[in-house]
Amino acid sequence: MLEQRGRESVSSIAQGVKQLPQLLTLLHKETPPPEEPALGFFTDTSLCIGCKACEIACKQWNQLPAATPDWSGTSYDNTQHLGATTWRHVQFIEQIERRIPAGTGQSAQQTSSTLPKLSLFQPMDSAEAIPATPPGTALPFFNSDRWLMHSDVCKHCANAPCQEACPTGAIIHTEYDTVYVQQDICNGCGYCVVACPFGVIARDTGGDGQAHKCTLCYDRLKDGMKPACAKACPTESIQFGEVQELKKNAQERLGLLQEHGVSEASLYGADDKILEGGLHSFFLLLDEPEVYNLPANPARPSNHVLPTSLGTIITALLMGLMSIFFFSNKE
Amino acid sequence: MPGLGTTVGRGGATTSPQDLVNSDCILIMGSNMAEAHPVGFANVVKAKERGAKVIHVDPHFSRTSALANLYVPTRAGSDIVFLGAIIRYLLENNAYFHEYVANYTNAPMLIREDFQDTEDLDGLFSGYDQESKTYTDHSSWDYQRDENDNPLTDPTMQNPRCVLQIMRRHFARYTPEMVEAECGVPQESWLQVVQTLVENSGRERTGALCYAVGWTQQSKGVQIIRAGAIIQLLLGNIGRPGGGILALRGHASIQGSTDVPTLYDLLAGYMPQPAEMLDAKPEAQHSPTATTWGERKDQHVHKRTQQTLQEYIDVAGMKLGWWSNVPSYIVSLLKAWYGDAATAENDWGYHWLPKIIGDHSHINTSYDMLDGKVKGYFLLGQNPAAGSTNARMQRKALAQLDWMVVRDLYEVESATFWYKGPEEVDPRQIKTEVFLLPAAASTEKEGSFTNTQRLIQWRDKAVDPPGDARSDLWFIYDLGKRLKALYADSTEPKDQALRALTWDYDRAEPEPGSRLLDEPDAELVLKELNGFYVRKQDEEGNTNTYGFREAPHVPAFTALKNDGSTACGSWIYSGVYPEPGKNRAASRHSDGGTNLDWGFAWPANRRILYNRASADPEGKPWSERKKYIWWDEEQKKWTGKDIPDFPVDKAPDYRPDPKATGMDGISGTNPFIMKPDGRGWLYAPVGLKDGPLPTHYEAAESPVHNALYKQQSNPAAKFHKNRKDNRLASIGDPDYPVVITTYRLTEHHVSGPMTRWMPWLNALQPSLFAEISPELAAERQIVHGSWMVLKTPRGEIEARAMVTRRLQPLRIRGRVVHQIGLPFHWGFQGKSTGSIANDLTHSVLEPNVSIEEAKAFTCNVRPGRLS
Repeated sequence: MLEQRGRESVSSIAQGVKQLPQLLTLLHKETPPPEEPALGFFTDTSLCIGCKACEIACKQWNQLPAATPDWSGTSYDNTQHLGATTWRHVQFIEQIERRIPAGTGQSAQQTSSTLPKLSLFQPMDSAEAIPATPPGTALPFFNSDRWLMHSDVCKHCANAPCQEACPTGAIIHTEYDTVYVQQDICNGCGYCVVACPFGVIARDTGGDGQAHKCTLCYDRLKDGMKPACAKACPTESIQFGEVQELKKNAQERLGLLQEHGVSEASLYGADDKILEGGLHSFFLLLDEPEVYNLPANPARPSNHVLPTSLGTIITALLMGLMSIFFFSNKE
Repeated sequence: MPGLGTTVGRGGATTSPQDLVNSDCILIMGSNMAEAHPVGFANVVKAKERGAKVIHVDPHFSRTSALANLYVPTRAGSDIVFLGAIIRYLLENNAYFHEYVANYTNAPMLIREDFQDTEDLDGLFSGYDQESKTYTDHSSWDYQRDENDNPLTDPTMQNPRCVLQIMRRHFARYTPEMVEAECGVPQESWLQVVQTLVENSGRERTGALCYAVGWTQQSKGVQIIRAGAIIQLLLGNIGRPGGGILALRGHASIQGSTDVPTLYDLLAGYMPQPAEMLDAKPEAQHSPTATTWGERKDQHVHKRTQQTLQEYIDVAGMKLGWWSNVPSYIVSLLKAWYGDAATAENDWGYHWLPKIIGDHSHINTSYDMLDGKVKGYFLLGQNPAAGSTNARMQRKALAQLDWMVVRDLYEVESATFWYKGPEEVDPRQIKTEVFLLPAAASTEKEGSFTNTQRLIQWRDKAVDPPGDARSDLWFIYDLGKRLKALYADSTEPKDQALRALTWDYDRAEPEPGSRLLDEPDAELVLKELNGFYVRKQDEEGNTNTYGFREAPHVPAFTALKNDGSTACGSWIYSGVYPEPGKNRAASRHSDGGTNLDWGFAWPANRRILYNRASADPEGKPWSERKKYIWWDEEQKKWTGKDIPDFPVDKAPDYRPDPKATGMDGISGTNPFIMKPDGRGWLYAPVGLKDGPLPTHYEAAESPVHNALYKQQSNPAAKFHKNRKDNRLASIGDPDYPVVITTYRLTEHHVSGPMTRWMPWLNALQPSLFAEISPELAAERQIVHGSWMVLKTPRGEIEARAMVTRRLQPLRIRGRVVHQIGLPFHWGFQGKSTGSIANDLTHSVLEPNVSIEEAKAFTCNVRPGRLS
């Protein structure tokens, strides 16, 4: 339409002048959509069954190309990392203890060659034969051998380092307070890639060269639908909703697991400490964050700006002073 | 299915995955549920959140084990030792549910004096014929009977000939020590399992059992299922909420395929296919008494010839219990198939039904093909060249055909075996003419799925299939029309069945929005399955006769008659489409409870089977917490949260006359109405081909001798010993010392004919790998991530080595036994290719259902690739 109008304005200046006010309205900034409650994910790894439905649902909804098949040998994780075309990634961490093979080593043949004597008319009321174990306490909530599974995704940081690093303003916080890359503005500089402390965002080097990452299914949110991954998750390991509500749920869940004796459970990014403001997509982990390839204290690159700038200024001043001193000495 | 059919009455799961959330304990054994049934497993996760204990017993640590409270590694093929020891524990410690066992099972029944147990005959029951390698005489297994043919009982269960005492002697040597020595499971772990099961049973609590092909695909699979079902009966867990046995089916509508069915030995609704024995003593491989239902009478009542309807009813029907209705069901089936041509004078067209003369199961048919006895083959969504056991033999067999029709979504291995494959193939030497026809995917056709829980769910068509692709229904319907046209004028007797066949499923109006004009009307097929009135009296008392299309629907199978006035394609589906415009399979209302308006579960929309057992003998709930179905004294009927699986007005205090027949012979306290005695069968007096009680036999290939009996493996299994392409490793063979089991991954489906064409899925699991323990890897110098070769007497394949502690060596009788886990999703077609795991498996078949043993066999491994 703009093109059309452009051509018309060239053909007739008078008409163009007449249309000028209309043309100017196009340059007006559109009023932003009204603020909505912050939305995010709570990924509860204690419920994950490693089915990878989230990975496929994400690829399908967002029409992302498949990665080149590469058998990694890293447990069942052949996706390996998040990337420009992989916005959900299920990690598999095997923690299996090794015990001495079972068995007494004694041949059963020796013990079973004769029939054990049985009283065939045993009374039927001797219930004390069952060893008394208080119900519900006999088994731990998880095996001592563990296979940790964790569906990783963009953390949608409240104060996102990628957004700070973006020189074009392509990365914004949406009305849902999610972090979103505007593809028509991104110039593919890649500053966001190095700024992200989680290694989430990446440039599509095989495609448009721009930076891509999870959009929290912005298009689905606009239509009142859940993000595809949360919709596909069979066990509600990926929960979607208002961040305040999710954080409350996460605290309750943590308390419940600790009640069940899962003392190693912890929340990652649910408080405001991480990156001064916390994460809108946060996790319940069953081990230290580093086990899941998550930094315990992620650094914000912009924190380095002041000290390093000061250092540079001081060094420059010193060098200036020294050179003045040097030249004045020579004289 | 005969495992469950013989034990409790019907060959289907007794409960639904959704009901697992009511369980207090879930034992998963012989199943990798989280990976093969991830959506159903969500209910296990929910149950665990509500406090249920989840136990996984399996040779390899899978994604299922990761979520369990307790994972117990065990040796593949030793299941009956593990389960038998639980049975022994329950009996010896009086840890079973006394009231339930005494009233609802056949524990008090007396068994004939001439019955001899495996303890007496070192691994054989009485009645075994060494020559034919089958149990030819089952008569000694039967009950002692009175003059009315009713079983003798001892309610105190003290008589040495009663089932309970026979079981105590049978399982006496299945001790915790035996579990440790044979399964490689430490006694403490085993005891933890038993205690958890016992703690979570009784009046207040229930536990469920989930199994899948880890049990069925063994040469004694039916007996393993029996052992599991016996435990559930002893614990009082069947017919109650949160209890039961969930037989996890491996494909969409695999349950439906046996209900309607596609099996060679069954007619619709689990009535057996008529048989004609050609030999008095048939070979094990060719015994037509194979039945999936497991209800066929044995030798002493078995009529060798079933040429007339009456002879058939004598064999398939029963005097007592629900199966006394067989005459109504078979006549209605014949009316549905042959319409007006079926009359009382011609035995309702019974003589047109083909009679089976041998074992025509899948693997035996492949051997017949190999021998040149089979000329043509239709493959509809089946891929034997990669997906069936002993796949190399399967490909050789396909090459002996004259023609083959493959209908599939892609050009699968079975359609390409003639020019491609792991072996050198020369297309000039293969005479098979292959027709590959494009099939419509599930979203491109309407119809129904019947899943694990017997739930029939209607599926709408979303889009037209592309190009020439058409639904399977269209293909079969069109094929039938052409055949009927071809034989329309024939006067030959053998063609009359085809001429008489009713075949009218054309759409009355074109399908809205579709470019296809000749797709048949799937709802008309559903109408035939549901059943309709051929003749019916209206209000004025006039009898009207109807054609198929305008005929009124029958409301339920109770309306079916044996006088030719009703027609029904599968009696158990009756009620799914009770009136025009009311397709209950398409109903989708969830109430968060029993969900009776979500789809339709056969029979009669009952969600938990045998639910009369959820009440005590007086008809009161066992406990408030486990309340489900109970007797309403005021209304004089059974009521509750589900449809009662019991005559709704039969009072708990009803006692049958000793001479009563049919359902009148079932007492008000007998919940298992499909059984002639109304009781759950701990001991199976008839119906199975390998014995009345589960007995431990080693797998056909095993690293050890059977520690319990001289009899090494299932004496009735079909070994195919004379086949040179079915060589077996000997017992403890030093060339094949490693136990191997196969399984599925979440990322792919069976041999991959649908998933290995999907780039997204291929990226998730791109290559065949074998899971081996670090100990075995070190012993054989196999490096993680490198290639390894697996070898059995049937063939060799290569796979990437996944060295993982999730596999662990076991100590069996003092010596270390290694186990390997092998997913079986690959083949040489598709976008992700790899060796065919089934090139390793053999074709020894379970005697009752002719299923192959792919879950426990032996192999050897070495580093490197196939040259």
